[in-house]
Amino acid sequence: MDKIQSLYEALTKVDGFIYPNELALNWDMLIVMYPYITGLVAGAFILASLNRVFDIKALRPTYELSLLTALSFMLVATMPLITHLGQPLRFYEMLITPHLTSAMAIFGFVYLWYLMVVLLLEIWFDYRYDMVIWSREKKGFMKFFYKALTLWVSDTSPESRKTDEKIGYFITVVGIPSAFLLHGYVGFIFGSIKANPWWSTVMMPVIFLFSAMVSGIALVMFIYMVVTYLRKQKIDMNALDTIAKYLFYILIIDFTLESLDQIHRIYEADESFDILKILVRGKLFFTFFIMQIGVGVVIPLATLGFLQFKKPRVRIRKLIYWIISICVLVGIFYMRWNVVIGGQLFSKSFYGFTSYKVNLIGGSDVTLSLLWFIVPFFILAFLLWLLPPWKKAPPIEIPED
Amino acid sequence: MAIEKENFSRRDFIKNSSMFAGGVVFASLINPYKFVFATKQPKGKGKWYGIGIDIEKCIGCGSCARACKIENDVPDDPFFFRNWVEQYTITNDERILVSSPNGGIDGFKQPVPDEDIYKTFFVPKMCNHCAKSPCTQVCPVGASFESPEGLALVDQSYCIGCGYCVQACPYGCRYIDPLKGVVDKCTLCYHRLEKGLDPACMMACPTGARVYGDLNDKNSAVSLFLKEHNCAVLKPQLNTESKLFYNDLSQEVH
Amino acid sequence: MPLQVKRLLLVFAIFIGIMLVLKYVLTPDSWREYGPYRGNAIGEIASQQAKFVQKESCADCHDSIAEIKSLGEHINLQCEICHGPGYQHVDDENFKMEITKNNALCLRCHTMNAASPKNIIKQIDAIEHNEGEECITCHNPHQPWL
Repeated sequence: MDKIQSLYEALTKVDGFIYPNELALNWDMLIVMYPYITGLVAGAFILASLNRVFDIKALRPTYELSLLTALSFMLVATMPLITHLGQPLRFYEMLITPHLTSAMAIFGFVYLWYLMVVLLLEIWFDYRYDMVIWSREKKGFMKFFYKALTLWVSDTSPESRKTDEKIGYFITVVGIPSAFLLHGYVGFIFGSIKANPWWSTVMMPVIFLFSAMVSGIALVMFIYMVVTYLRKQKIDMNALDTIAKYLFYILIIDFTLESLDQIHRIYEADESFDILKILVRGKLFFTFFIMQIGVGVVIPLATLGFLQFKKPRVRIRKLIYWIISICVLVGIFYMRWNVVIGGQLFSKSFYGFTSYKVNLIGGSDVTLSLLWFIVPFFILAFLLWLLPPWKKAPPIEIPED
Repeated sequence: MAIEKENFSRRDFIKNSSMFAGGVVFASLINPYKFVFATKQPKGKGKWYGIGIDIEKCIGCGSCARACKIENDVPDDPFFFRNWVEQYTITNDERILVSSPNGGIDGFKQPVPDEDIYKTFFVPKMCNHCAKSPCTQVCPVGASFESPEGLALVDQSYCIGCGYCVQACPYGCRYIDPLKGVVDKCTLCYHRLEKGLDPACMMACPTGARVYGDLNDKNSAVSLFLKEHNCAVLKPQLNTESKLFYNDLSQEVH
Repeated sequence: MPLQVKRLLLVFAIFIGIMLVLKYVLTPDSWREYGPYRGNAIGEIASQQAKFVQKESCADCHDSIAEIKSLGEHINLQCEICHGPGYQHVDDENFKMEITKNNALCLRCHTMNAASPKNIIKQIDAIEHNEGEECITCHNPHQPWL
């Protein structure tokens, strides 16, 4: 009933002409959260694989942290989608009778593949030896719990550790295209809608992918700093500088791709261009120019670019990194916002706009969105307690074959 | 242990997987589009419904929209429609004004004085029942489907209410029913067709601006309508193979 | 094969097995009867009640009015455009149909609007055309020009 009430309110805020059914924005803030959270997962995983596959040793201190961050966000990644459904309890149908021509149905399987085969397995092989050790040290329920986690395999021989290492490496290699697939797929869900010119671009999966990497790296950077601060440990500045360097590079690629998309749109100026121009200059001005480009790209790019040439003192650098990671996270959130909400604000008749008002108090979409963004941090705290990366045994050296 | 795959050699693996891959390639050679439009029915068997709307005959009374709301229990609120009427007014200084107050149910007001009007007309809108419907293509659970008669229908007891089809419809013909939490759309009054009655909008139209019928039958009302008039569909560039044909469609209409 | 891999494969086999069982159990009966959807849905949609009964049903009882109407300009109009859906009235004649006598009903179609084609419908300017009079004092809706 609230929904209908707010639609009557929205009816007074229509500019120009929209199809009558378009008044309701079917995809609200929860659907903004969905690509945002999925992107954080893919990005955090890519950062982990930079260390493992591309052998960037400076990133070692954040390896497990990235994986656990990816896992904790992955576990809630579908929750915004499910809670947004008109019939949430029918969600299982998507897995039982998937409609094979639908991008959304296939996403269920991409998600399962990524969660079960990539993330869980990689973490399991990475922690298996340590879990066996911990199960021996603990008593009572925790002993049983760790044993269950190891699937009652108590092999701690160097051979078994080598196997873990090799399989883990293999999974990471498989995981990189999987992470690309995961988030490219989210982009495809939007990019394949030919009815909507703001979404329908082949660039969408690629842009989503790179913005995912940007946001995921920024998130791990943020979490690493906070976690190290809470543990009262010294931050590994070398790791932080390296993360910042990759953040800088990928931000450049991301910005280039997004600019390319917009320039192409502006230059081609097809039938939808006039309405999109008004949209971007009007209803999206704040979220697009100020938040997405200003806060999310220009400030971080300028600052990180400056840091590539000149390194201020550690204290200042830490503060800069901390602020930059928040800027990037906010910027990418608004990027998702501009895609999801922006794509629904203009009419497919190209003759007008509807409006979307965020109900900060009492709006179920906002409350739920916030919930699904906060829950992963609690999951992460639990995982860090259960599988503390800093209590792991040193990795075993594998002699070159 | 049930899993004994020691003798499952790499060669076997390559052999099996290449056979599988070959099968997929072969299947797509036979019908390469089958994977893209799985719902597309072979034309030529049974009925294949199409709709014709004569813009020259529409008087903008809104009877169709009203009858549709009554027949199909569409909520009364002015933002849920299976069927509505738009008024286009193009002024002498080339402004295009479009309006559809309450879908045309309460009638229309002409916003410009007659002497400033270059051209003005009504356009009734409803589901296009596309042959390559983008909406049924994206439904993740197969709750939205194209019936063998070529009607895009919704299985409301199976719909999960994700709203993806609402986004995918280029014509704005779908809405989420806020009370049922599932999507709703025009069925061309399938329940009436099956009882030998006309769809509510077709029945209610006082001037006979709307016709429907079997496109496979060359003597059906819609086939004759297509023969006698120069018809166009909405948004042909999207290649939805719309089966809603308009006579005298102005290029300003989207 | 290392033990941990065997165990994992077992877990995955169980997981996939559960998924397959769930798929088997939860797939609706008529799935894929005609295509990737519930075939029974078509019948369910078709079984919905029709509310407008159409003028042939009205003429079964109201044959004199149907006769009058068939001589006038409104010959092609469905009774239920003005009188509302008749499904309840058909079952129970105590259920009364709408009889609206105000001008607004007539003006739905006959109001002057530049967008309405002149050759299709007679239009009046409600302000100039016998202001204050009711339409039905001069026009019988069933036979407007007599």
